[in-house]
Amino acid sequence: MVDGATRDGYGAGLVELGTSNPNVVVLDSGVSDSTRSKKFGDKFPDRFFNMGISEGDMVCTAAGLAQAGKIPFATSFACFLLGRSMDQTLVSVAYSNTNVKLVGTHSGLAVGEDGPSAQMIVDIAYTRAIPNMTVIQPADWEEARQATIALANYKGPAYMRLGRSNVKGIYDPKTYKFEIGKASVIKQGSDAVVFATGSMVEETMKALEQLGTEMNVTVVNVSTLKPLDEATIIDQVGKNKIVITAEDHNRIGGLGDAVCEVLMNHQICKPFKRIAVNDTFAETGSASELYEKYGLSANHIVRALREVKA
Amino acid sequence: MNNSKVAHLENRAKQLRRKILKLIHKAGSGHPGGSLSATDLLTALYFGDILQYDSKDPHKPGRDRFLLSKGHASALLYCTLAEAGYFPEEDLADYRKINSKLFLSGHPHPKTPGVEIASGSLGQGLSVAHGIALGIRNEFPSARVYVVMGDGELQEGQVWEAAMSAAKFKSTNLIAIVDNNKVAQDNLTKDLKDIEPLEDKWRAFGWETLRIDGHDMSQIMDALQKPVGKEKPRVIIADTIKGKGVSFMEGQTAWHGVAPNDEKLEAALKELA
Repeated sequence: MVDGATRDGYGAGLVELGTSNPNVVVLDSGVSDSTRSKKFGDKFPDRFFNMGISEGDMVCTAAGLAQAGKIPFATSFACFLLGRSMDQTLVSVAYSNTNVKLVGTHSGLAVGEDGPSAQMIVDIAYTRAIPNMTVIQPADWEEARQATIALANYKGPAYMRLGRSNVKGIYDPKTYKFEIGKASVIKQGSDAVVFATGSMVEETMKALEQLGTEMNVTVVNVSTLKPLDEATIIDQVGKNKIVITAEDHNRIGGLGDAVCEVLMNHQICKPFKRIAVNDTFAETGSASELYEKYGLSANHIVRALREVKA
Repeated sequence: MNNSKVAHLENRAKQLRRKILKLIHKAGSGHPGGSLSATDLLTALYFGDILQYDSKDPHKPGRDRFLLSKGHASALLYCTLAEAGYFPEEDLADYRKINSKLFLSGHPHPKTPGVEIASGSLGQGLSVAHGIALGIRNEFPSARVYVVMGDGELQEGQVWEAAMSAAKFKSTNLIAIVDNNKVAQDNLTKDLKDIEPLEDKWRAFGWETLRIDGHDMSQIMDALQKPVGKEKPRVIIADTIKGKGVSFMEGQTAWHGVAPNDEKLEAALKELA
């Protein structure tokens, strides 16, 4: 297992792609050191375009590069990338169906002290609502590395959501194989299933340590948020008594809504609770303080698992 | 350029204007004013041997690219593409109609042969054109990317982001053309929010500028035939008249997005006879 931030896995994946796929090009909007796209830029300067602090221009330039046969990864902090280029993403990327990969790092409350203007908590809702878009959020370094490579091999617009902070490695690079559209069962249980995404997978694993043998909990990493792996969700809901979703994102339009939609569409009714930001802007503070105060920490997952009765 | 070639292009532009007005009339909606203002520019590009394209192979590698950033002038683009042989003229009957075979939407989309990118949200075309220019410059150094923008569109901040980017990357294979018809949907562009002095602005952003009469075919051809420089991207500021060629449409905000009725069409076609 490799411990590290998903943004670092992205940087490593890009460097691999630099050698293996000459059509891959990378854009950034002035934060390449933080997003790790600089790792690619340092090695392949002719295929790296730092567009300066102008995300709308960057996203449309990426669309043009795609129409010239390139595979562009347009990178910035999640808050600016999508906040500043919603229309560009709609028209030049999704509607035009260009082969652009949007990569937003520093997502969620996990970004911490920079405060709510830097804490992107609506990007899953934004991107899931856009036709033609694939939406991915890897849970650890290795999955981020593999997802980066998978996105280069996938034709079509996509958004990948990454984090700043280090997370504990979940997947063994030797055995794990990421696949777009597939959720992965990290631990099979029978009492409750937690569908988690991104940094909340680690938080869920911490919750399991606290619970010990009290409950036999299933953990599913939903790393592709669109298209959702409905088969795995339905299967695991059937195998467990209660259902929890966990995401570092607003409760509206995120993983919780997506899972609810699947369950409603299939007339499945189970005790349910979502762990998410409760439709509020947070504040400054460390990531762990914010997770505690705004209901995302392992403690909250434990509480939810105990409170929701089958 | 010789007089007979100029006269030939002028005549083609006139025929194109007639087709545009008939098309918008038939569809019952559309944007005549901004289509007629840029008609001479597209005529020169497509029929003056400027743009290098193969209408039978729309995705031919190494082709020159054309982008209509002011996507509301779709009637002009579709009539031009049909005339250039990308699809039969009969197919234009689907314009703005549901189930359109060639996806002849109110604003362009790349499902239509000859269209490189969707447009309709102003301000994005220069960035996209620049992305294409960056993408093709090593493999096809002689290929050019042309993008036509509206003057009102220059009020969008993204245009200036893209202008800075193209200067930074010395994208001399990118040629921007401003259809400076001076009239936007609501108002005169200068009253809405003045974009002048245009040449000073573009120069300050690192561009080479040319300013021409956008209805004078020899001036248009001279500007388009001028070899590109070695350092700076080029903008051609074409002073035009909104609704050009139809007296009652010229310079009128009212004809920005309104289709002519039977009577107005007949009157317009009479003027363009």
